[in-house]
Amino acid sequence: MCDQTFMAITFGPCDNCSTTSPLMNIYIKNEPTNYCSFCVEMMACQGLLKGETLASLKNESESLKKKLEEERAKLHDVELHQVAEKIEVVSALSIKTRRVLKGHGNKVLCMDWCKDKRRLVSSSQDGKVIVWDGFTLNKEHAVPMPCTWVMACAYAPSGCAIACGGLDNKCSVYPLSLDKNENLAAKKKSVAMHTNYLSGCTFTNSDMQILTSSGDGTCALWDVESGQLLQSFHGHTADVLSLDLAPSETGNTFVSGGCDKKANVWDMRSGQNVQSFETHESDINCVKYYPSGDAFASASDDATCRLYDLRADREVAVYQKDSIIFGVSSLDFSLSGRLLFGGYNDYTINIWDVLKGNRVSMLFGHENRVSTVKVSPDGTSVCSASWDNTLRIWA
Amino acid sequence: MSNNSVNSSSLVIAQKAVKQLRLEASVRRIKVSQAAADLKTFCLQNAHKDPLLMGVPSSDNPFRPPKSCVLI
Repeated sequence: MCDQTFMAITFGPCDNCSTTSPLMNIYIKNEPTNYCSFCVEMMACQGLLKGETLASLKNESESLKKKLEEERAKLHDVELHQVAEKIEVVSALSIKTRRVLKGHGNKVLCMDWCKDKRRLVSSSQDGKVIVWDGFTLNKEHAVPMPCTWVMACAYAPSGCAIACGGLDNKCSVYPLSLDKNENLAAKKKSVAMHTNYLSGCTFTNSDMQILTSSGDGTCALWDVESGQLLQSFHGHTADVLSLDLAPSETGNTFVSGGCDKKANVWDMRSGQNVQSFETHESDINCVKYYPSGDAFASASDDATCRLYDLRADREVAVYQKDSIIFGVSSLDFSLSGRLLFGGYNDYTINIWDVLKGNRVSMLFGHENRVSTVKVSPDGTSVCSASWDNTLRIWA
Repeated sequence: MSNNSVNSSSLVIAQKAVKQLRLEASVRRIKVSQAAADLKTFCLQNAHKDPLLMGVPSSDNPFRPPKSCVLI
């Protein structure tokens, strides 16, 4: 069984069957070898013979799950908040509403910051996508979409384009022009095609590729220029509601969460699901990587946020309170990862101390559910979008 | 057997599940104490750079209105 999920394609004779074909460079027992794709499949299926019955496979599946639990439990020697006992408590935060962005005609479903730390894009149930200047409250662009419920929107890293989608099952990219009079809707480029609603989209490290998640249970990586599907990610057994790209420059993994209560970590090049976490008791609405890239947090309808460490391969913290009974729709980390901002369906934003596990503060102001919470790229402010038709910038 | 086709598709699903579980079981893991210590170290090292955590003076934060406003 190969130890690595990393694959690259070269051409030549296979080390196993000697046929000349496209080869995958894999590791078998730490030895690098080149196998053709047929031999890779054969090797991965060792032990899965035709004679195997459903019962024997189910037994193996159960015993593997038990083994996974045992292995994970063995390493669970301490709780995160115990390690954090000696650290100073977070001092009182003076975060207040600094801007209220009004202009949407219906629930604001999603927002994203531009890398320039002042612009942001938001999308709404009324079918409009608006690009705002956060400092001046100026609406720089307003794009009408052909569908209502635009559930996902993203700003390109260059700041020159936005991507959005929703009930139209597509993700469309609009290049932003400086000319205010130009009809942005005419320049629209349809990039992604799913068989159900688009729940999330994000550009990868460049403007050239987009990662999408959909209600059809899959995630996919697309080339923006050609609209071609580069990789698809199958494994969720229900709608995928959120995804987040790993923060490193060379990052090639992302995490997704969905209605099957699972959070899956994927290798972008191979399409492989490398780790899976299932401890939530209800749908996972949002997943976000910790700034170091070694962990991620998830927000769920079960009213908890949970932190999972990727190297320990388990959940390491749960952020919950008996008095909090409404689901969390979205979350984001502050720049250092010490604070976790969660947007709840009870109209508030709770700020948690990630290390100690307690709630530090609450932000009031919205008059309906908070749908999205995002910290600005330089960490100076947080923007929240809500079903009360407004967005608020807190700092 | 009459339920042969049903058996073969659930067989394929079970085979895929076992293959996936084998992959997940082979992942290398570290102890929670070490992982937690690394998370703590990262937080503390970057805490001074975190504007929301430390708070910035009004003059530096573009979103905060300046304390006084001089009208000429």
